[in-house]
Amino acid sequence: MSVPLLEVRNLECFYGPVMALRGVSLDVPEGKTVAVLGGNGAGKTTLLRTVSGIMDPEKGEVLLSGVPIAGIEPDRIVRSGLVHVPEGREVFPLLSVEENLEMGAYTRRDGGVSEDAAAVFDYFPVLRERLRQPAGTLSGGEQQMLAIARALMARPRIMLLDEPSLGLSPVMVRDIFAIIRRLKEERGVTMLLVEQNATMALDVADFGYVLENGQIALDGPAERLKRNADIREFYLGARTVSPRGDRRWKRRKTWRS
Amino acid sequence: MEILQLIVSGLANGSVYGLIALGFVLIYKATEQVNFAQGDMMMLGAFIALGLGNDSQLGAPFWLACAGAILAMAAIGWTLERAVLRHLFGQPQIAAMMLTIALGFLLRFVAGAIWGHDPLALENPVAGKTLRLGGTVLGLDEVATIAVTVLLTGLLYLFFRRTRLGVAMQASSQNQLAAYCMGIPVRRVHGLIWALAGATAAVAGILFASKGSIDPGTGFLGIKAFAAAVIGGFGSLPGALAGGLIVGLIEPFASRYLATGYAPIVPYAVMLLVLVVRPHGIFAQVHAKKV
Ligand SMILES: Nc1ncnc2c1ncn2[C@@H]1O[C@H](COP(=O)(O)OP(=O)(O)O)[C@@H](O)[C@H]1O
Ligand SMILES: [Mg+2]
Repeated sequence: MSVPLLEVRNLECFYGPVMALRGVSLDVPEGKTVAVLGGNGAGKTTLLRTVSGIMDPEKGEVLLSGVPIAGIEPDRIVRSGLVHVPEGREVFPLLSVEENLEMGAYTRRDGGVSEDAAAVFDYFPVLRERLRQPAGTLSGGEQQMLAIARALMARPRIMLLDEPSLGLSPVMVRDIFAIIRRLKEERGVTMLLVEQNATMALDVADFGYVLENGQIALDGPAERLKRNADIREFYLGARTVSPRGDRRWKRRKTWRS
Repeated sequence: MEILQLIVSGLANGSVYGLIALGFVLIYKATEQVNFAQGDMMMLGAFIALGLGNDSQLGAPFWLACAGAILAMAAIGWTLERAVLRHLFGQPQIAAMMLTIALGFLLRFVAGAIWGHDPLALENPVAGKTLRLGGTVLGLDEVATIAVTVLLTGLLYLFFRRTRLGVAMQASSQNQLAAYCMGIPVRRVHGLIWALAGATAAVAGILFASKGSIDPGTGFLGIKAFAAAVIGGFGSLPGALAGGLIVGLIEPFASRYLATGYAPIVPYAVMLLVLVVRPHGIFAQVHAKKV
Protein backbone atom coordinates (compact mmCIF):
# COMPACT_ATOMS: atom_id res chain seq x y z
CA MET A 1 0.00 0.00 0.00
CA SER A 2 1.08 3.59 -0.57
CA VAL A 3 2.13 5.80 2.35
CA PRO A 4 -0.62 6.57 4.88
CA LEU A 5 -1.98 10.13 4.72
CA LEU A 6 -0.88 10.71 8.32
CA GLU A 7 1.95 8.92 10.07
CA VAL A 8 2.98 9.49 13.67
CA ARG A 9 6.35 8.03 14.67
CA ASN A 10 7.59 7.65 18.27
CA LEU A 11 6.11 10.89 19.47
CA GLU A 12 7.24 12.09 22.91
CA CYS A 13 5.75 15.12 24.62
CA PHE A 14 6.26 16.86 27.93
CA TYR A 15 4.44 19.40 30.06
CA GLY A 16 7.38 20.65 32.08
CA PRO A 17 8.62 17.52 33.82
CA VAL A 18 5.42 15.56 33.10
CA MET A 19 5.80 13.13 30.21
CA ALA A 20 2.42 13.01 28.50
CA LEU A 21 3.32 10.96 25.40
CA ARG A 22 5.84 8.14 25.64
CA GLY A 23 6.64 7.14 22.11
CA VAL A 24 3.32 7.00 20.26
CA SER A 25 3.17 5.70 16.68
CA LEU A 26 0.10 5.38 14.50
CA ASP A 27 -1.07 5.53 10.89
CA VAL A 28 -4.16 7.04 9.30
CA PRO A 29 -4.69 5.81 5.73
CA GLU A 30 -6.45 8.05 3.20
CA GLY A 31 -10.25 7.83 3.36
CA LYS A 32 -10.26 5.88 6.62
CA THR A 33 -11.39 6.74 10.11
CA VAL A 34 -9.01 5.84 12.89
CA ALA A 35 -10.12 5.95 16.52
CA VAL A 36 -7.87 6.62 19.50
CA LEU A 37 -9.49 5.42 22.71
CA GLY A 38 -8.35 6.03 26.23
CA GLY A 39 -9.41 7.31 29.62
CA ASN A 40 -8.95 10.71 31.12
CA GLY A 41 -5.34 11.85 31.10
CA ALA A 42 -4.19 9.13 28.73
CA GLY A 43 -2.65 11.73 26.42
CA LYS A 44 -5.26 11.85 23.65
CA THR A 45 -5.56 15.63 23.56
CA THR A 46 -1.79 16.03 23.75
CA LEU A 47 -1.45 13.72 20.76
CA LEU A 48 -3.84 15.77 18.64
CA ARG A 49 -2.30 19.08 19.72
CA THR A 50 1.13 17.89 18.72
CA VAL A 51 -0.06 16.59 15.37
CA SER A 52 -1.78 19.91 14.56
CA GLY A 53 1.25 21.97 15.59
CA ILE A 54 -0.26 23.64 18.65
CA MET A 55 2.38 21.90 20.76
CA ASP A 56 5.91 20.95 19.77
CA PRO A 57 7.04 17.38 20.41
CA GLU A 58 10.22 16.64 22.30
CA LYS A 59 11.02 13.75 19.99
CA GLY A 60 9.45 11.90 17.11
CA GLU A 61 7.98 12.64 13.72
CA VAL A 62 4.65 13.54 12.21
CA LEU A 63 4.35 13.02 8.46
CA LEU A 64 1.50 14.26 6.27
CA SER A 65 1.66 12.47 2.90
CA GLY A 66 5.25 11.67 3.81
CA VAL A 67 6.16 15.32 4.49
CA PRO A 68 7.39 16.09 8.04
CA ILE A 69 5.16 18.62 9.82
CA ALA A 70 6.15 18.26 13.48
CA GLY A 71 7.12 21.56 15.08
CA ILE A 72 5.99 23.88 12.27
CA GLU A 73 3.44 26.68 12.80
CA PRO A 74 -0.19 25.53 13.04
CA ASP A 75 -1.34 27.84 10.24
CA ARG A 76 1.05 26.17 7.82
CA ILE A 77 -0.25 22.77 8.90
CA VAL A 78 -3.84 23.87 8.25
CA ARG A 79 -2.75 25.13 4.84
CA SER A 80 -1.30 21.74 4.06
CA GLY A 81 -4.70 20.15 4.72
CA LEU A 82 -4.89 19.07 8.35
CA VAL A 83 -7.55 20.59 10.59
CA HIS A 84 -8.05 19.96 14.30
CA VAL A 85 -11.44 20.25 16.02
CA PRO A 86 -10.37 20.75 19.63
CA GLU A 87 -11.98 19.24 22.70
CA GLY A 88 -14.78 21.17 24.33
CA ARG A 89 -16.60 22.92 21.47
CA GLU A 90 -14.23 25.82 21.01
CA VAL A 91 -16.24 28.32 18.99
CA PHE A 92 -15.70 32.08 18.67
CA PRO A 93 -18.49 33.02 21.09
CA LEU A 94 -19.16 36.62 20.08
CA LEU A 95 -18.88 36.05 16.34
CA SER A 96 -21.96 34.96 14.43
CA VAL A 97 -22.31 31.43 13.15
CA GLU A 98 -21.60 32.76 9.66
CA GLU A 99 -18.41 34.51 10.75
CA ASN A 100 -17.28 31.37 12.58
CA LEU A 101 -17.67 29.44 9.33
CA GLU A 102 -15.77 32.14 7.42
CA MET A 103 -12.92 31.78 9.88
CA GLY A 104 -12.87 28.06 9.10
CA ALA A 105 -12.00 29.02 5.54
CA TYR A 106 -9.40 31.57 6.66
CA THR A 107 -6.50 29.82 4.98
CA ARG A 108 -8.32 29.45 1.67
CA ARG A 109 -8.04 31.85 -1.22
CA ASP A 110 -9.99 29.84 -3.80
CA GLY A 111 -13.52 30.69 -4.92
CA GLY A 112 -15.21 27.54 -3.68
CA VAL A 113 -15.98 28.77 -0.18
CA SER A 114 -19.68 29.53 -0.71
CA GLU A 115 -20.22 26.17 -2.45
CA ASP A 116 -18.65 24.47 0.53
CA ALA A 117 -20.87 26.42 2.89
CA ALA A 118 -23.90 25.07 1.03
CA ALA A 119 -22.53 21.52 1.32
CA VAL A 120 -21.88 22.04 5.02
CA PHE A 121 -25.47 23.17 5.62
CA ASP A 122 -26.60 19.94 4.01
CA TYR A 123 -25.00 18.13 6.95
CA PHE A 124 -25.85 20.74 9.60
CA PRO A 125 -29.17 22.30 8.57
CA VAL A 126 -29.63 23.80 12.03
CA LEU A 127 -26.68 26.15 11.41
CA ARG A 128 -28.35 27.69 8.38
CA GLU A 129 -31.22 28.80 10.61
CA ARG A 130 -28.80 30.36 13.09
CA LEU A 131 -26.47 32.19 10.69
CA ARG A 132 -26.66 35.58 12.37
CA GLN A 133 -26.75 34.32 15.94
CA PRO A 134 -23.63 34.69 18.10
CA ALA A 135 -22.03 31.26 18.42
CA GLY A 136 -21.87 31.60 22.22
CA THR A 137 -25.67 31.49 22.39
CA LEU A 138 -25.97 28.11 20.65
CA SER A 139 -26.68 24.95 22.65
CA GLY A 140 -23.77 22.64 23.42
CA GLY A 141 -24.66 20.24 20.63
CA GLU A 142 -25.07 23.05 18.13
CA GLN A 143 -21.68 24.44 19.14
CA GLN A 144 -20.10 21.06 18.51
CA MET A 145 -21.79 20.95 15.11
CA LEU A 146 -20.49 24.42 14.37
CA ALA A 147 -16.97 23.41 15.37
CA ILE A 148 -17.06 20.44 12.97
CA ALA A 149 -18.71 22.47 10.21
CA ARG A 150 -16.13 25.22 10.63
CA ALA A 151 -13.30 22.71 10.25
CA LEU A 152 -14.91 21.33 7.08
CA MET A 153 -14.83 24.84 5.61
CA ALA A 154 -11.06 24.51 5.39
CA ARG A 155 -11.66 21.62 2.97
CA PRO A 156 -9.24 19.44 4.92
CA ARG A 157 -7.56 16.30 3.65
CA ILE A 158 -7.70 15.00 7.20
CA MET A 159 -9.72 16.09 10.21
CA LEU A 160 -8.75 15.49 13.85
CA LEU A 161 -11.74 15.26 16.19
CA ASP A 162 -11.14 15.50 19.93
CA GLU A 163 -13.98 13.90 21.90
CA PRO A 164 -16.89 15.25 19.87
CA SER A 165 -19.33 13.49 22.20
CA LEU A 166 -17.95 15.01 25.42
CA GLY A 167 -20.67 16.48 27.62
CA LEU A 168 -23.49 16.02 25.12
CA SER A 169 -26.84 14.35 25.67
CA PRO A 170 -27.19 10.77 24.34
CA VAL A 171 -29.49 11.95 21.55
CA MET A 172 -27.02 14.62 20.52
CA VAL A 173 -24.14 12.13 20.64
CA ARG A 174 -26.06 9.88 18.28
CA ASP A 175 -26.74 12.78 15.90
CA ILE A 176 -23.11 13.87 15.86
CA PHE A 177 -21.89 10.36 15.15
CA ALA A 178 -24.47 9.94 12.41
CA ILE A 179 -23.02 13.04 10.77
CA ILE A 180 -19.46 11.79 11.21
CA ARG A 181 -20.45 8.55 9.52
CA ARG A 182 -22.07 10.41 6.62
CA LEU A 183 -18.99 12.60 6.19
CA LYS A 184 -16.88 9.48 5.97
CA GLU A 185 -19.15 7.53 3.65
CA GLU A 186 -20.43 10.29 1.38
CA ARG A 187 -17.43 12.59 1.20
CA GLY A 188 -14.59 10.21 2.02
CA VAL A 189 -13.25 12.52 4.75
CA THR A 190 -10.21 11.03 6.47
CA MET A 191 -10.50 11.28 10.25
CA LEU A 192 -8.48 10.74 13.37
CA LEU A 193 -11.14 10.44 16.04
CA VAL A 194 -10.31 10.63 19.74
CA GLU A 195 -13.00 9.33 22.09
CA GLN A 196 -13.78 7.94 25.51
CA ASN A 197 -17.06 6.74 24.09
CA ALA A 198 -15.59 3.58 22.61
CA THR A 199 -18.86 2.05 21.44
CA MET A 200 -19.67 4.99 19.22
CA ALA A 201 -16.12 5.47 18.02
CA LEU A 202 -15.51 1.83 17.09
CA ASP A 203 -18.83 1.72 15.25
CA VAL A 204 -17.71 4.35 12.79
CA ALA A 205 -13.94 3.68 12.78
CA ASP A 206 -12.02 1.29 10.56
CA PHE A 207 -9.10 0.91 12.90
CA GLY A 208 -8.48 1.68 16.55
CA TYR A 209 -5.69 2.36 18.99
CA VAL A 210 -5.96 2.30 22.77
CA LEU A 211 -3.83 4.89 24.51
CA GLU A 212 -2.88 4.40 28.16
CA ASN A 213 -0.47 6.58 30.11
CA GLY A 214 0.88 8.10 26.93
CA GLN A 215 1.55 4.77 25.25
CA ILE A 216 -0.32 2.64 22.74
CA ALA A 217 -1.50 -0.35 24.77
CA LEU A 218 -3.43 -2.09 22.04
CA ASP A 219 -4.36 -1.63 18.41
CA GLY A 220 -6.29 -3.44 15.72
CA PRO A 221 -9.17 -3.28 13.27
CA ALA A 222 -12.27 -1.79 14.87
CA GLU A 223 -14.20 -5.03 14.54
CA ARG A 224 -11.57 -6.94 16.45
CA LEU A 225 -11.26 -4.32 19.17
CA LYS A 226 -14.99 -4.40 19.68
CA ARG A 227 -14.74 -8.11 20.38
CA ASN A 228 -11.68 -7.79 22.62
CA ALA A 229 -12.60 -8.62 26.19
CA ASP A 230 -10.53 -5.89 27.86
CA ILE A 231 -11.92 -3.21 25.63
CA ARG A 232 -15.39 -4.48 26.26
CA GLU A 233 -14.84 -4.24 29.95
CA PHE A 234 -12.99 -0.94 30.18
CA TYR A 235 -14.44 1.09 27.40
CA LEU A 236 -17.72 -0.42 26.36
CA GLY A 237 -18.95 -0.65 29.92
CA ALA A 238 -19.72 -4.36 29.72
CA ARG A 239 -19.24 -6.17 33.04
CA THR A 240 -17.75 -9.59 33.00
CA VAL A 241 -17.41 -11.72 36.06
CA SER A 242 -13.80 -11.84 37.09
CA PRO A 243 -11.89 -11.76 40.35
CA ARG A 244 -10.58 -8.30 39.45
CA GLY A 245 -13.94 -7.08 38.33
CA ASP A 246 -14.57 -4.84 41.29
CA ARG A 247 -11.30 -3.04 40.97
CA ARG A 248 -11.85 -2.50 37.31
CA TRP A 249 -15.30 -1.17 37.94
CA LYS A 250 -13.87 1.46 40.25
CA ARG A 251 -11.48 2.54 37.55
CA ARG A 252 -14.33 2.82 35.14
CA LYS A 253 -16.09 5.25 37.40
CA THR A 254 -13.21 7.67 37.46
CA TRP A 255 -13.62 8.31 33.76
CA ARG A 256 -15.75 11.03 32.36
CA SER A 257 -18.99 9.57 31.10
CA MET B 1 -23.77 79.24 25.54
CA GLU B 2 -21.17 78.13 27.99
CA ILE B 3 -22.53 74.62 28.55
CA LEU B 4 -22.09 73.77 24.87
CA GLN B 5 -18.49 74.92 25.00
CA LEU B 6 -17.85 72.75 28.03
CA ILE B 7 -19.44 69.78 26.31
CA VAL B 8 -17.44 70.23 23.12
CA SER B 9 -14.15 70.64 24.91
CA GLY B 10 -14.99 67.68 27.14
CA LEU B 11 -15.81 65.50 24.13
CA ALA B 12 -12.62 66.60 22.40
CA ASN B 13 -10.46 65.62 25.38
CA GLY B 14 -12.57 62.51 25.82
CA SER B 15 -11.89 61.53 22.22
CA VAL B 16 -8.18 61.50 22.94
CA TYR B 17 -8.67 59.47 26.13
CA GLY B 18 -10.97 57.14 24.23
CA LEU B 19 -8.42 56.53 21.49
CA ILE B 20 -5.71 55.76 24.02
CA ALA B 21 -8.12 53.50 25.90
CA LEU B 22 -8.84 51.77 22.61
CA GLY B 23 -5.17 50.90 22.35
CA PHE B 24 -5.19 49.42 25.86
CA VAL B 25 -8.20 47.28 25.09
CA LEU B 26 -7.05 46.17 21.64
CA ILE B 27 -3.85 44.77 23.08
CA TYR B 28 -5.45 43.39 26.22
CA LYS B 29 -8.18 41.54 24.38
CA ALA B 30 -5.78 39.93 21.97
CA THR B 31 -2.86 39.09 24.23
CA GLU B 32 -4.08 39.56 27.82
CA GLN B 33 -1.16 41.92 28.30
CA VAL B 34 -1.70 45.48 29.51
CA ASN B 35 0.46 48.01 27.71
CA PHE B 36 1.12 50.68 30.30
CA ALA B 37 3.17 52.60 27.75
CA GLN B 38 0.08 53.30 25.63
CA GLY B 39 -0.03 56.93 26.84
CA ASP B 40 3.65 57.34 26.14
CA MET B 41 3.19 55.95 22.66
CA MET B 42 0.57 58.67 22.16
CA MET B 43 3.11 61.26 23.34
CA LEU B 44 5.82 59.89 21.06
CA GLY B 45 3.42 59.85 18.08
CA ALA B 46 2.68 63.51 18.70
CA PHE B 47 6.38 64.37 18.90
CA ILE B 48 7.17 62.51 15.69
CA ALA B 49 4.41 64.43 13.86
CA LEU B 50 5.71 67.66 15.33
CA GLY B 51 9.30 66.79 14.50
CA LEU B 52 8.38 66.11 10.91
CA GLY B 53 5.90 68.92 10.40
CA ASN B 54 6.71 71.98 12.51
CA ASP B 55 8.48 74.78 10.65
CA SER B 56 11.27 74.96 13.21
CA GLN B 57 11.91 71.26 12.72
CA LEU B 58 11.76 69.36 9.39
CA GLY B 59 8.92 71.48 8.05
CA ALA B 60 7.13 68.78 6.06
CA PRO B 61 3.50 69.42 5.04
CA PHE B 62 1.05 68.72 7.90
CA TRP B 63 -0.66 65.73 6.26
CA LEU B 64 2.62 64.15 5.36
CA ALA B 65 3.86 64.62 8.92
CA CYS B 66 0.69 62.95 10.25
CA ALA B 67 1.02 60.01 7.87
CA GLY B 68 4.66 59.67 8.82
CA ALA B 69 3.90 59.67 12.54
CA ILE B 70 1.11 57.11 12.16
CA LEU B 71 3.28 54.79 10.10
CA ALA B 72 6.23 55.21 12.44
CA MET B 73 4.13 54.38 15.52
CA ALA B 74 2.59 51.37 13.77
CA ALA B 75 6.10 50.15 12.98
CA ILE B 76 7.23 50.76 16.56
CA GLY B 77 4.23 48.87 17.94
CA TRP B 78 4.78 45.97 15.58
CA THR B 79 8.49 45.82 16.41
CA LEU B 80 7.87 45.92 20.16
CA GLU B 81 5.56 42.93 19.92
CA ARG B 82 7.92 41.05 17.68
CA ALA B 83 11.11 41.78 19.58
CA VAL B 84 9.95 41.84 23.18
CA LEU B 85 6.35 41.10 24.16
CA ARG B 86 6.03 37.95 22.10
CA HIS B 87 8.64 36.36 24.33
CA LEU B 88 6.63 37.17 27.45
CA PHE B 89 3.59 35.43 26.11
CA GLY B 90 2.35 32.87 28.62
CA GLN B 91 4.41 34.45 31.43
CA PRO B 92 2.55 35.96 34.38
CA GLN B 93 0.87 39.24 33.47
CA ILE B 94 3.12 41.11 35.87
CA ALA B 95 6.08 40.52 33.54
CA ALA B 96 4.50 42.38 30.62
CA MET B 97 3.23 45.03 33.04
CA MET B 98 6.67 45.80 34.44
CA LEU B 99 8.16 45.74 30.99
CA THR B 100 5.70 48.21 29.51
CA ILE B 101 6.05 50.51 32.52
CA ALA B 102 9.80 50.52 31.90
CA LEU B 103 9.14 51.10 28.23
CA GLY B 104 7.12 54.19 29.18
CA PHE B 105 10.12 55.59 31.07
CA LEU B 106 12.30 54.90 28.08
CA LEU B 107 9.97 56.64 25.63
CA ARG B 108 9.70 59.71 27.89
CA PHE B 109 13.47 59.79 28.19
CA VAL B 110 13.99 59.53 24.43
CA ALA B 111 11.38 62.21 23.70
CA GLY B 112 12.92 64.49 26.33
CA ALA B 113 16.41 63.99 24.91
CA ILE B 114 15.30 64.85 21.38
CA TRP B 115 12.63 67.52 21.87
CA GLY B 116 13.34 68.83 25.36
CA HIS B 117 10.93 69.24 28.25
CA ASP B 118 9.15 72.48 27.33
CA PRO B 119 5.60 72.16 26.01
CA LEU B 120 5.41 72.32 22.22
CA ALA B 121 2.36 72.66 19.99
CA LEU B 122 1.87 70.85 16.71
CA GLU B 123 1.42 73.41 13.93
CA ASN B 124 -1.74 72.52 12.04
CA PRO B 125 -4.34 73.97 9.66
CA VAL B 126 -7.08 74.44 12.29
CA ALA B 127 -5.04 75.96 15.13
CA GLY B 128 -6.60 79.10 16.58
CA LYS B 129 -9.56 79.05 14.19
CA THR B 130 -13.08 79.15 15.54
CA LEU B 131 -16.47 77.95 14.52
CA ARG B 132 -19.57 80.03 15.21
CA LEU B 133 -22.67 78.05 16.07
CA GLY B 134 -25.59 80.39 16.80
CA GLY B 135 -24.26 82.54 19.59
CA THR B 136 -21.55 80.07 20.64
CA VAL B 137 -17.93 80.21 19.61
CA LEU B 138 -16.28 76.80 19.41
CA GLY B 139 -12.63 75.99 18.81
CA LEU B 140 -12.27 74.47 15.35
CA ASP B 141 -9.46 72.28 16.69
CA GLU B 142 -11.83 70.74 19.22
CA VAL B 143 -14.55 70.17 16.66
CA ALA B 144 -12.00 68.65 14.29
CA THR B 145 -10.75 66.34 17.04
CA ILE B 146 -14.25 65.01 17.58
CA ALA B 147 -14.83 64.63 13.85
CA VAL B 148 -11.57 62.74 13.29
CA THR B 149 -12.37 60.43 16.19
CA VAL B 150 -15.83 59.69 14.80
CA LEU B 151 -14.28 58.97 11.42
CA LEU B 152 -11.59 56.72 12.85
CA THR B 153 -14.16 54.85 14.93
CA GLY B 154 -16.22 54.26 11.81
CA LEU B 155 -13.20 52.97 9.91
CA LEU B 156 -12.23 50.67 12.76
CA TYR B 157 -15.80 49.40 12.96
CA LEU B 158 -15.80 48.56 9.26
CA PHE B 159 -12.38 46.98 9.56
CA PHE B 160 -13.40 44.72 12.42
CA ARG B 161 -16.78 43.79 10.99
CA ARG B 162 -16.15 43.60 7.29
CA THR B 163 -12.61 42.51 6.60
CA ARG B 164 -11.32 38.99 6.95
CA LEU B 165 -8.30 40.18 8.91
CA GLY B 166 -10.50 42.24 11.23
CA VAL B 167 -12.79 39.30 11.96
CA ALA B 168 -9.72 37.10 12.46
CA MET B 169 -8.42 39.62 15.02
CA GLN B 170 -11.69 39.35 16.91
CA ALA B 171 -11.61 35.57 16.60
CA SER B 172 -8.13 35.25 18.05
CA SER B 173 -9.10 37.56 20.91
CA GLN B 174 -12.14 35.46 21.71
CA ASN B 175 -10.64 32.01 21.50
CA GLN B 176 -6.98 31.66 20.82
CA LEU B 177 -6.93 27.87 20.74
CA ALA B 178 -9.68 27.76 18.13
CA ALA B 179 -7.89 30.46 16.15
CA TYR B 180 -4.74 28.34 16.02
CA CYS B 181 -6.79 25.32 15.00
CA MET B 182 -8.39 27.24 12.13
CA GLY B 183 -5.03 28.29 10.76
CA ILE B 184 -5.27 31.93 11.78
CA PRO B 185 -1.64 33.05 12.19
CA VAL B 186 -2.15 34.15 15.78
CA ARG B 187 1.34 35.54 16.33
CA ARG B 188 1.23 37.64 13.21
CA VAL B 189 -2.20 38.88 14.27
CA HIS B 190 -0.74 39.96 17.63
CA GLY B 191 1.96 41.94 15.83
CA LEU B 192 -0.67 43.65 13.69
CA ILE B 193 -2.75 44.46 16.77
CA TRP B 194 0.26 46.21 18.32
CA ALA B 195 0.76 48.05 15.05
CA LEU B 196 -2.88 49.14 15.12
CA ALA B 197 -2.56 50.23 18.76
CA GLY B 198 0.54 52.24 17.80
CA ALA B 199 -1.29 53.89 14.92
CA THR B 200 -4.30 54.87 17.04
CA ALA B 201 -1.92 56.19 19.68
CA ALA B 202 -0.32 58.39 17.01
CA VAL B 203 -3.71 59.72 15.93
CA ALA B 204 -4.58 60.47 19.55
CA GLY B 205 -1.26 62.26 19.96
CA ILE B 206 -1.70 64.32 16.81
CA LEU B 207 -5.17 65.38 17.96
CA PHE B 208 -3.98 66.21 21.44
CA ALA B 209 -0.97 68.23 20.29
CA SER B 210 -3.07 70.05 17.68
CA LYS B 211 -5.46 71.51 20.20
CA GLY B 212 -2.95 72.13 22.96
CA SER B 213 0.66 71.28 23.52
CA ILE B 214 2.73 68.32 24.59
CA ASP B 215 5.80 67.58 26.62
CA PRO B 216 7.29 64.18 27.50
CA GLY B 217 5.21 64.04 30.69
CA THR B 218 1.99 64.13 28.64
CA GLY B 219 2.34 60.36 28.41
CA PHE B 220 0.97 60.15 31.95
CA LEU B 221 -2.39 60.91 30.38
CA GLY B 222 -2.33 57.16 29.81
CA ILE B 223 -3.37 56.67 33.44
CA LYS B 224 -6.54 58.64 32.87
CA ALA B 225 -7.19 56.69 29.70
CA PHE B 226 -6.64 53.50 31.67
CA ALA B 227 -9.37 54.59 34.05
CA ALA B 228 -11.53 55.27 31.01
CA ALA B 229 -10.90 51.77 29.71
CA VAL B 230 -11.86 50.30 33.08
CA ILE B 231 -15.04 52.38 33.18
CA GLY B 232 -15.97 51.13 29.73
CA GLY B 233 -15.27 47.53 30.60
CA PHE B 234 -11.72 46.45 29.87
CA GLY B 235 -12.43 44.27 26.90
CA SER B 236 -14.96 46.15 24.85
CA LEU B 237 -13.81 48.50 22.08
CA PRO B 238 -16.98 50.64 22.02
CA GLY B 239 -16.77 50.65 25.81
CA ALA B 240 -13.24 52.06 25.71
CA LEU B 241 -14.33 54.95 23.53
CA ALA B 242 -17.41 55.56 25.64
CA GLY B 243 -15.33 55.44 28.82
CA GLY B 244 -12.99 58.03 27.32
CA LEU B 245 -15.88 60.31 26.43
CA ILE B 246 -17.38 59.92 29.90
CA VAL B 247 -14.10 60.90 31.57
CA GLY B 248 -13.63 63.75 29.11
CA LEU B 249 -17.13 65.07 29.77
CA ILE B 250 -16.84 64.82 33.54
CA GLU B 251 -13.61 66.82 33.70
CA PRO B 252 -14.65 70.29 32.52
CA PHE B 253 -17.83 70.18 34.60
CA ALA B 254 -15.97 68.96 37.66
CA SER B 255 -13.41 71.75 37.42
CA ARG B 256 -16.15 74.30 36.73
CA TYR B 257 -18.47 73.34 39.56
CA LEU B 258 -16.28 71.70 42.24
CA ALA B 259 -13.87 73.38 44.60
CA THR B 260 -10.36 73.62 43.18
CA GLY B 261 -8.28 70.55 43.83
CA TYR B 262 -11.14 68.06 43.68
CA ALA B 263 -11.59 67.93 39.92
CA PRO B 264 -8.57 65.76 39.04
CA ILE B 265 -9.74 62.90 41.25
CA VAL B 266 -13.26 62.74 39.82
CA PRO B 267 -12.42 60.37 36.91
CA TYR B 268 -10.88 57.92 39.37
CA ALA B 269 -13.79 58.25 41.76
CA VAL B 270 -16.08 57.36 38.87
CA MET B 271 -13.86 54.41 38.04
CA LEU B 272 -14.12 53.14 41.62
CA LEU B 273 -17.86 53.64 41.59
CA VAL B 274 -18.20 51.70 38.35
CA LEU B 275 -16.00 48.91 39.69
CA VAL B 276 -18.22 48.61 42.75
CA VAL B 277 -21.51 48.74 40.90
CA ARG B 278 -20.54 46.91 37.72
CA PRO B 279 -17.26 45.07 38.24
CA HIS B 280 -16.93 44.22 34.55
CA GLY B 281 -17.39 47.83 33.46
CA ILE B 282 -20.36 49.49 31.87
CA PHE B 283 -20.08 47.91 28.44
CA ALA B 284 -18.63 44.55 29.39
CA GLN B 285 -19.26 41.70 27.03
CA VAL B 286 -19.61 38.94 29.55
CA HIS B 287 -20.33 35.57 28.10
CA ALA B 288 -20.42 32.32 29.97
CA LYS B 289 -19.27 29.28 28.10
CA LYS B 290 -22.08 26.78 27.83
CA VAL B 291 -21.33 23.47 29.41
N1 LIG C 1 -1.46 22.10 30.35
C1 LIG C 1 -0.98 21.04 31.01
N2 LIG C 1 -0.01 21.19 31.93
C2 LIG C 1 0.51 20.11 32.60
N3 LIG C 1 0.10 18.86 32.40
C3 LIG C 1 -0.86 18.63 31.49
C4 LIG C 1 -1.45 19.72 30.75
N4 LIG C 1 -2.38 19.19 29.91
C5 LIG C 1 -2.37 17.88 30.13
N5 LIG C 1 -1.46 17.52 31.07
C6 LIG C 1 -1.17 16.17 31.55
O1 LIG C 1 -0.79 15.37 30.44
C7 LIG C 1 -1.42 14.11 30.50
C8 LIG C 1 -2.24 13.88 29.25
O2 LIG C 1 -3.31 14.82 29.20
P1 LIG C 1 -4.31 14.91 27.97
O3 LIG C 1 -3.55 14.81 26.72
O4 LIG C 1 -5.16 16.11 28.16
O5 LIG C 1 -5.17 13.59 28.18
P2 LIG C 1 -6.59 13.20 27.60
O6 LIG C 1 -6.95 14.14 26.50
O7 LIG C 1 -6.40 11.80 27.14
O8 LIG C 1 -7.56 13.27 28.73
C9 LIG C 1 -2.24 14.11 31.78
O9 LIG C 1 -1.48 13.46 32.77
C10 LIG C 1 -2.42 15.54 32.12
O10 LIG C 1 -2.47 15.71 33.50
MG1 LIG D 1 -8.59 15.26 26.25
